[in-house]
Amino acid sequence: MQKSFRAALATCCAVAAATLAHAQTDPTTEDFEKFRAVMEDANPAELWEVKGEQLWKTRRGPKNASLEQCDLGLGPGVVKGAYVQLPRYFADVGTVMDAERRIVHCMVTLQGFSFEEIAKRPFSSGNYTPDPVSIVTFVAAQSRDMKIAVPQSHPKERATWELGKAIFHYRAGPWDFSCATCHGEDGKRIRTQNLPNFTKHDQAPRSFIGWPGYRMTGGVMHSLQWRMNDCFRQQRFPEPGYASDTITALLTYMGVNSNGFVYKGPGIKR
Amino acid sequence: MADPMKIRASLQGDVADVRVLMAHPMETGQRKDASGNVVPQHFIQTITAQLNGKPVFGADISQAISRNPVFAFKVKGAKAGDKLSITWIDNKGDKRTDEVVVGGG
Amino acid sequence: MDRSRRIVLKGAGATGALAAALAAGLLRPGVAAAAWNKAAFDAKTTADAMKALGYAGAVESKDIQIRAPEIAENGAVVPIDITSNIPGTTSISVFIEKNPFPYTGTFDVSQGALPFVHLRAKIGESSPVRVVVTAGGKHFTAAKEVKVTIGGCGG
Repeated sequence: MQKSFRAALATCCAVAAATLAHAQTDPTTEDFEKFRAVMEDANPAELWEVKGEQLWKTRRGPKNASLEQCDLGLGPGVVKGAYVQLPRYFADVGTVMDAERRIVHCMVTLQGFSFEEIAKRPFSSGNYTPDPVSIVTFVAAQSRDMKIAVPQSHPKERATWELGKAIFHYRAGPWDFSCATCHGEDGKRIRTQNLPNFTKHDQAPRSFIGWPGYRMTGGVMHSLQWRMNDCFRQQRFPEPGYASDTITALLTYMGVNSNGFVYKGPGIKR
Repeated sequence: MADPMKIRASLQGDVADVRVLMAHPMETGQRKDASGNVVPQHFIQTITAQLNGKPVFGADISQAISRNPVFAFKVKGAKAGDKLSITWIDNKGDKRTDEVVVGGG
Repeated sequence: MDRSRRIVLKGAGATGALAAALAAGLLRPGVAAAAWNKAAFDAKTTADAMKALGYAGAVESKDIQIRAPEIAENGAVVPIDITSNIPGTTSISVFIEKNPFPYTGTFDVSQGALPFVHLRAKIGESSPVRVVVTAGGKHFTAAKEVKVTIGGCGG
């Protein structure tokens, strides 16, 4: 079963590589868009917002603390508007962190959870949702309808953007793929899925504004950590470590490229 | 215990526009897990909605309703401040009831 | 026909005491497990399910609106809006004809709900979505075809 799944994926991505079709407004796409609005009006992602809020406010972990003193960049405990200004530089750690990475950092430092334990099973599957995914869904929801404004004032933030750009265009792996192979030109798609060109300002936000997302396939909640990781898996790259510099750099690249657009997530995905 | 529902009941004139999200796996009994074992059926069978304690909407459903079910319906004769509650019961006898105030954002 | 009467009819296997309790309105509609029509839900064809529900002979009607995608983006979650314009509508039932068990559910709108429902269903392969509306004890039907595509690997 695993084998046939991989075979299907291979076919799927080979199609993407070989026959990327023009994906402008055809009737199928329009129909999908029409019903996506219906889906967004009642998005099961809200169930994880509720769960994430509880996790944020509950005293938990070896230190029996809540996350209400977690500094997401706007001061301890400030959640409103924090998500659209992440990733950003944090002086207390001397590095740039994305939203989920910062939440995990708070879970470790404030609540005493073990990073290694969290990183063992960081992605949702079946009926399992890791706590950071629920929490980042709650945090992201507190930035809904706000403008994306990922900062670039600190030199490390600019360096992280440059690193993200380099990773995005870096071709390697058994298929000689890069992120840009699928997401660096206009009008590409994989079967019925239109692929945004993240190098263009008007298309860049199409991913960023919709994550974290409820994935209809499997009915699970996923964060951008998973989304980035899964792109590497699909490219047959070695997968980056959870909450690593690589992911933060890619998210900085995508976030900054999306600046000025209104954040619409948490979203609902195919 | 089952996770809470998310219910929205906005008021359009005297009609409560109700939308509900339920956290439930809705297992069909036809799916196999990673080790090849059939995942047993587990799905919501009945739903009832009450307005101020009086039944106003009900459903009997099958495992073909999507995972984490979403329903919308409209209740006549509602006013701001009315209490709308929804209960589901699944095939294992688990149940969950949640309540919202109509027009309460 | 109100819901409790429908339940009594549906719950033919219920014990006498339960049936009496239902008839007397002692149990809230839908809360009685016996109401869930196992024979209909277990039926492998729409015709058998409709027979088990007493819907055989339902008349085609243009007054039932089914709004669903022509092509579903994901068969695991197909949004379906149903509105009945038939006066006196008391219930709306849904059958996904090509699913292994077509009968998907009945929505009771007899006690103060408008004749409308939004649901999201799993559709295994391209299939007609058949709706039966009960109004004034009579049964009316309409159907809409939904095509299900093979998935992509993005998202």
